[in-house]
Amino acid sequence: MTDLLNGLIHLTSMLVLPGLAYGSQLAFGALGVTLIFGVLRFSNFAHAEGMSLGTAVCILLTLWLQGKGIALGPLPTALIGMCLAVPVMALVFIGTDRALYQHFRRINARPEVFMIVSAGVMLIMNGAIRLIVGPDGREFEDGERFIVTAGGFRAWSGLAEPLVLKTSQAMTIGLALAVGFALFLFLSRTRSGRSMRAYADNRNLALLSGVDPDRIVRLTWVLVAVLSVTGGVLFGLDKGYRPFVYQQLLLPMFAAAVVGGLGSPLGAIAGSMIVAFSELALTFAWKKALGYLLPAAWAPEGLMQFLSTDYKFAISFLILVVVLLVRPAGLFGKPVK
Amino acid sequence: MNRRTTLLYAAMAAVLLSVALLQSWQLALTIVNLCLISAVMALGVNVQWGVAGMFNVGTMGSAAIGGLAVVLVSAPPVRAAWAAGGAGLLASAAILVLTAGVALAFWRWFGSRPLLRGGAVAAVLFSGFLLAQQWFLPATAAIEAVDAASAGYLGGLGLPVALSWLIGGVFAGLLAWPVGRLTAGLRSDYLAVATFGISEIVLAVVRNEEWLARGVKNVTGLPRPVPYESDLQSADGVQTLALWLGLPLRDLASILVKLAYTAWFLAVLGIIFWLLERLGRAPWGRMMRAIRDNEEAARAMGKDVARRHLQAFVLGSAIVGIGGAMLVTLDGQFTAGAYQPLRYTFLIWVMVIIGGAGNHRGAVYGAFLIWFVWVQAETAGLWLASAATALLAPGNPLRTKPGPASLRGDGAYPGLRDAFRAAWTHP
Repeated sequence: MTDLLNGLIHLTSMLVLPGLAYGSQLAFGALGVTLIFGVLRFSNFAHAEGMSLGTAVCILLTLWLQGKGIALGPLPTALIGMCLAVPVMALVFIGTDRALYQHFRRINARPEVFMIVSAGVMLIMNGAIRLIVGPDGREFEDGERFIVTAGGFRAWSGLAEPLVLKTSQAMTIGLALAVGFALFLFLSRTRSGRSMRAYADNRNLALLSGVDPDRIVRLTWVLVAVLSVTGGVLFGLDKGYRPFVYQQLLLPMFAAAVVGGLGSPLGAIAGSMIVAFSELALTFAWKKALGYLLPAAWAPEGLMQFLSTDYKFAISFLILVVVLLVRPAGLFGKPVK
Repeated sequence: MNRRTTLLYAAMAAVLLSVALLQSWQLALTIVNLCLISAVMALGVNVQWGVAGMFNVGTMGSAAIGGLAVVLVSAPPVRAAWAAGGAGLLASAAILVLTAGVALAFWRWFGSRPLLRGGAVAAVLFSGFLLAQQWFLPATAAIEAVDAASAGYLGGLGLPVALSWLIGGVFAGLLAWPVGRLTAGLRSDYLAVATFGISEIVLAVVRNEEWLARGVKNVTGLPRPVPYESDLQSADGVQTLALWLGLPLRDLASILVKLAYTAWFLAVLGIIFWLLERLGRAPWGRMMRAIRDNEEAARAMGKDVARRHLQAFVLGSAIVGIGGAMLVTLDGQFTAGAYQPLRYTFLIWVMVIIGGAGNHRGAVYGAFLIWFVWVQAETAGLWLASAATALLAPGNPLRTKPGPASLRGDGAYPGLRDAFRAAWTHP
C-alpha cells in the first residue's frame, strides 16, 4: 500500500503537476497561434519571440516595481508587471500589424508571404530582446517559491517520496483555467467576440453584416497580447527566464494548434495538453515509478526512458506527423485546403 | 540575357574586382567561393518557391544533412570504433527495421478497426524501440569511448570528397520526400511547420549523436578535392609562377587553392543551372508554370498537382543539400553548432526574393549580392564609423568607446548587427 502511494505521489510530483503546468503554458501560446490563424489567416512564426519580448518587458516593469518597494506578499511581483506589460505588448503588436501585415492584407497576399513577413518580425523582435535585456537569463521570481515543499510533505505524510508544488505551477494552472474560461465567455457571449468568430468563419459575410474589420484585427492582437504575455511570464517564472529558450516553444505550440485543429480554441487547449504530456511521458525515466507500482519481480533494470530529453521537441513533431497522417484537420478542426 | 542582367552581373564583377584590388585577392576569392555556394542553395530554394510556390522553412536542415554526408562519405573510417560498437549498432538497426515491418503489417491487417489498429501499432513501435535501446545505448557508449579526444565516432567511408556532394544531395532529397508527401495537398502552413520541425530535428540529431559525427565536438581535417598549400609551395611550377608574377610564394599558393575551389564550385553551379534551365524549357517546366499560373485549370487538364509539387520540393532540397556539402568541404570541418536558421534559411530566402523568385539568373545574382553585403557589412560599418568620427579629437569618447567599438559589438552593450547575426542561436 505504501509502495502504491509512493508511486502515485512520485508520478504526481514529477509528471502530472509539471505536465499540467507545461501544458497550460503551451496552451497560452497555442491559443494565440490559433487565434491569429483563425482571424488573420496566417501561421505566426514570430509568436514565440512575441512571448519572450512580453516577458522581457514584464521583467523590466517588475524590476521597477521592486525598486519602488511594491510587492504582493507570497505571490511574485511579476503578476503586477504582467498586467502592466499587456497594454505595452498590445501596442507593439498593433503597431507591427499597422506597419507590416495590414499592407499585405490589403493586397490580398498569399499566406506564404505573411509567413515570411512574420519570420522577419521574429528576427526584429529577437534583436529588440537583445537590446532590452541582453542574451543572458535572469531570475525574477520573488515571494514564496513553494506551496508544498519536499521536506514539509515528507514530515506530514511519512512517505519516502516527496510531493512538490511550486507557486508558479499552481499559479499557471489557476490562471490558465481563469483566462481560458474568460476567453470562451468572450468569444461566445459578447457581441465583439461573436463578430470576431463570424469574421473568422466567413470574412465576406461578416463584412456584409457590418462587422468593422479593423476593429476585429485590433481586438485579435489585444487578445494575443494578453495570452502571450501571461503565457510567457508564467513560463519564465516556472523555468527561469532565458530569452532564447522561447524559440523552442514554437514547434510544440504549432503542433498543439495543429493537433487541436488550426483555428479552434478548444482544440488548442486539448492539443497543448496532449503535446505536453506526451513530451514528458516519453522523456520520463519510468524506472522508479514502475519499481513502486509493479511487483518486485517485474521491476525494470534500465531507466525505462523512451527518448533522451535532448529530443523533447521532436516528440511534438512526431505527434504532428501522426495527426497529419490520420486526421489532417485535427481533433476539432474543419479540413483546411 | 538581356541588357539589364548583363549590366547587373558586370557591376557585381566590378565590385568583387575592387575588393581584390583594394583589400586582397584572397578575400575576394573567399567571398566568391561562398557566393557560389550560396548561389547553389538559392537555386534549390528557387525551385521550391519560385517554380512550385512552396514555402520551406527548413533549408537549414537540408544544408546540415548535406554537410553530414561529407563526414559519412569522405572522412577516414575509425576501425576501432566499428569493432567496439558496430555489431550492437547493426543489431539495433535490424530490430528497428523489423519493428517497422511488423508495425506496417499490423497497420494493414487491422485496417477495418481503427482503434485496435492504433493501439497495436503503437505497442509494437514502443516495445521495438525499447528493445533496440538495449543494444543501441551500450554500442554508442562504446563507440564514443574509442579515442574520445580525436575520434569517438564511426568515421566515414574514406571515399573521394566530391562524391559526397552528390550523396549529400541524395540524403537531403530522401529526407524531404516524406515531409513533402505528408503535407501534399494541405494548406501551405502545414508544409512550413513540418519543414521547420524536421530541420530542428536534423540539427538536434547532428548535435547530440556523437557516435555519428562527433556532435558539437566537430569533425575537423576533412579531405579536400584540391591540393594543400604546403604541397603547392614546394612545387617547381608554382615557384616559377611566383617569381614571374612577383607575388610572395605563400600568397600565390593560397590564391591557387582558392581558385581551384572556385573552379569546382563554378562547375557544380554551372551544371545545376544548365539542368534547371533545360528543365524549365522542357514539358515539365511548362507544366510547372501552368500549375503556378492557375492550379485549378492545371488540375482540370489532368495534371497531378500534388505530385509535381512533391517533385519540385525534393529536387530543391537535394540542390540545397549539395550546397551544404560543398560548404562543409570548403570549411574542411563539420561544425554542428554553426547551423543557424538565420544564416541557412532566411539569408537564402532573402537571396531568392531579392533576385526575383522564379528566375534562376536572378537567384544566382541575389546570392552574390546578398552574400557580399552580408560579409562586407562589418568592414563597411567600421569604415563608416571611423570616417564619421575622423574629425573628432583623438581622445574623444565617441571615438573610443561607444562609437566604433559598439558597432563592432564589443562595446558596453551588444551592437545591433551582432544581435541580428547571433539571433536564433540556441542557448
